[in-house]
Amino acid sequence: MSTVATPAPVPRKRRRRTKLQRRQTRLGWLLLVPALAVVACVAIYPLGKTVYQSFTNQEFLAGLTPTKWVGLDNYRTLWHDTIFRDTVVLTIKFTAITVSFEFVLGLIVALVVNSSFKGRGVMRAVMLVPWAIPTVVAAKMWQWMLDDHTYGVINDLGVRTHILSHPHAWLAQASTQLASVSAVDIWKTTPFVALLLLAGLQVIPNDLYEAASVDGASKLQQFWRITLPLLRPAILVTLIFRTLDALRVFDVFQVFFGYRLNAQTMAVYTQSTTVNDGHVGYGAAMSVAIFLIISLFVVIYVTFMRVTEE
Amino acid sequence: MTTAAETTAGAVRPVSRSVRLRRSPMGRVLTKVPFWILILVIAVYALFPFYWALRSAITPDTELFSTPLKYFPSHPTWAHFHDALSSSFFRRALLNSTIVAGSVTLISLAIGAVAAYALGRFRFRGKSFVLYLMLSMTIFPQIAILGALYTMFSGFHIVGPIHFPKLYDTPWALVFSYLIFTLPFTIWVLTSFMRALPGDLEEAAYVDGATPLQVFWKVLLPLIAPGLVTTGLLAFIAAWNEYLYAVSFIQSPSHYTVPVAIVSFSGTSGNAFQFPWGTVMAATIVVTLPLIVATLVLQRRILAGLTAGAVKG
Repeated sequence: MSTVATPAPVPRKRRRRTKLQRRQTRLGWLLLVPALAVVACVAIYPLGKTVYQSFTNQEFLAGLTPTKWVGLDNYRTLWHDTIFRDTVVLTIKFTAITVSFEFVLGLIVALVVNSSFKGRGVMRAVMLVPWAIPTVVAAKMWQWMLDDHTYGVINDLGVRTHILSHPHAWLAQASTQLASVSAVDIWKTTPFVALLLLAGLQVIPNDLYEAASVDGASKLQQFWRITLPLLRPAILVTLIFRTLDALRVFDVFQVFFGYRLNAQTMAVYTQSTTVNDGHVGYGAAMSVAIFLIISLFVVIYVTFMRVTEE
Repeated sequence: MTTAAETTAGAVRPVSRSVRLRRSPMGRVLTKVPFWILILVIAVYALFPFYWALRSAITPDTELFSTPLKYFPSHPTWAHFHDALSSSFFRRALLNSTIVAGSVTLISLAIGAVAAYALGRFRFRGKSFVLYLMLSMTIFPQIAILGALYTMFSGFHIVGPIHFPKLYDTPWALVFSYLIFTLPFTIWVLTSFMRALPGDLEEAAYVDGATPLQVFWKVLLPLIAPGLVTTGLLAFIAAWNEYLYAVSFIQSPSHYTVPVAIVSFSGTSGNAFQFPWGTVMAATIVVTLPLIVATLVLQRRILAGLTAGAVKG
């Protein structure tokens, strides 16, 4: 990642810390005070608080049961909570499906938009639009398109083209739930993935391709030998961002299925446990678990990156 | 890529059939056809849901819920837009979202620009630690602190002498909690803008006897104004679209933000038997239009900001 923004190496002179430097340090920290104060209030303190809560039996309506320290009880319950286990499996399935589709489709779109043609600028502008709209709005638009009755346009198109023999209740059938949710996410996020990959494509110098085609390398060979290796940093960053995003998915599932059992992600179950049921302590344990699962993925990606860079 | 240099050596190869095809005028058009089909497919895929929302918003209910489906409304009507905009519930939501997203954006920009000044133009110890802290915050899962925020906002939260005010069910709960994703992002992107500025102007100002704060206010801030616009828009969009905290911390319909309002539209119009899809689609168009216009107008800048935020990790 650092390759993109590394400044030119400056020979470092070892010097005594001058008065100016001391002043810079003091002023620098002073300017950072408001930012650090806010981050401490909105992120670091609540995170510590959540970890603490996960070791207590805190309820939102505190009058019912006095809050007390329960050690690892919440985590023990969580380990045996089959609903939570299902949500983890569902979330990881969703992540695998959406991230791989978005990556492949996004790469195709990026390659198309990267080649010069009339209307390229318009195309690039259009691609930003799905990204900019609220996920809730995208979900509503698709929910209507996937309507189970004959009023849903997807059923209508499917039946007219004889791809479907009869209209499906996409969101009600267990077998099509995951596909429907993934479709919304893929539609909304592929353009964004494409734009990130496009930024990577644009820094690949053109001479490489010219030299390769002079040598008679086919387009496919050029893609495997030049584009993919040089695009690797951009690909990895994109995959990390998308994976982390997909693992904490909440909006689409909540809009499509509410809190329906077997159609909840980790985030939906945690939110309903914490807010709707008021089990703050138990919900905090789930939050910590999600945090750890996401961190695990970060560690996997980062080590993978280190290994392949050598 | 050494192969390129090794095998050039002026070898004359027979011109292959595909090359010959590409050189003829007819062939040039023909080889382009699959490419244009691909572009068409991408454009239809990206735009069809919007078209369908628009079509449903201007189709009268009698036609909307009848088969066979009409792909172009024969009697377009503004009735659904009228329904959506005349419901005070939805108008409140638009106002609430504007207030929340606007305040979050302004606070993030003010604090973020000052922090970015320190991080982008100063050299001091601990700077890279702060930068990494901010970067790690941008990938912070919001769900991880839901419970803590929920209890903090309840009005019963006391730490030592500090009694947290009851923010639950007020827009301030959202302003407070949205800073967690807008502020680190703003700092990160503005720092990259600050860093990119050349040093001469700053030095000239110092030579003229300006103080660091004057340099910030009079020299640097005007220079990164485009960056402020981009970052501000991105922060605004993020806050405008947020749903998890909005659905958790807001209870009364008069404080709903737009995403929550759109989800809970069912009861306010239409009849008991039919979900008011036309009105909901009209509402989604109303909500989406400003975002689309803003993105299209500022698309170049947004792309620059996004890639600065994401790729230059």
